[in-house]
Amino acid sequence: MKFGVVIFPGSNCDHDAVYALSGNLGQSVTEIWHESEDLGDVDAVFLPGGFSYGDYLRCGAIARFSPVIRSVRNFARMGGLVIGVCNGFQILCETGLLEGALIRNRGLRFICRTVDVVPGTSNSPFTSNCRTDRPLRIPIAHGEGCYIADDATLDRLEAEDRIAFRYHGENPNGSRREIAGVLGVGRNVLGMMPHPERACDPAVGSSDGSAVFHSMIAAAEAARALHAA
Amino acid sequence: MRAIIQVAFKKTVLDPQGRAITQALQSHGHEEILGVRQGKFFEIDLAPGTSRETARSNLERLAAEVLSNPVIEDYEVTVLEPS
Repeated sequence: MKFGVVIFPGSNCDHDAVYALSGNLGQSVTEIWHESEDLGDVDAVFLPGGFSYGDYLRCGAIARFSPVIRSVRNFARMGGLVIGVCNGFQILCETGLLEGALIRNRGLRFICRTVDVVPGTSNSPFTSNCRTDRPLRIPIAHGEGCYIADDATLDRLEAEDRIAFRYHGENPNGSRREIAGVLGVGRNVLGMMPHPERACDPAVGSSDGSAVFHSMIAAAEAARALHAA
Repeated sequence: MRAIIQVAFKKTVLDPQGRAITQALQSHGHEEILGVRQGKFFEIDLAPGTSRETARSNLERLAAEVLSNPVIEDYEVTVLEPS
């Protein structure tokens, strides 16, 4: 499978993503600069964490206007897999590919530690390899990860089975309904605050995050088999 | 001509920074302060000769689409008289 990792000025988890996807998972990875509108022949786009464009205006607000995001929007519209982690999640919310918004953590502190998250559904190309009764140990590292949406939106996300991940046990940042990750309407776009790419190597304490990428790889292989048939 | 755009969290969205500031001011002896909401302030310079109506309608759109996030924020546009 071929992943495209987008790099914005201020991205700082792009190399973690490349390392995990190619080093730990053995997949092919290309880096895509934010000024490029050409995604190439990737099967999935990875929007990494960091502080794109310095987080000026709002987290993810300037990235939304970048050339690469125009292409990512079209890619998503055509059913391509898009995963946004941390700042990538914020960008996907700002672009409108995902509902809701991420604001300053309830406790105002930047939080950097490993948490338990429970997959809210296994019915998605990102969580098909996950069990909803088994929490994953995945690190978070954010100052603005409090997920906010109005009640009607949250009810709709729940009714449509689009809560990808919830914090298990303590809610670290005050997110509404303990939401750590959500799926887009077409289920092919995922945004999540925890960093699965930082939990793909047993050497760093947990390889639970690889379940997300194994799910994506399975989805891409199924799509390719369908295409070939 | 200048315009001012103010952006702040909607009343329904918890503003943790505003709450921290409120507590700081109260602990500074200002118990009359019941609440603070922190927001953003944009001062925009407009080219001379821009019509007020054009400026207002463009800025309303920009405030709604770019300078604020409608999920969490409200905005207010004020076009100032040339001084």
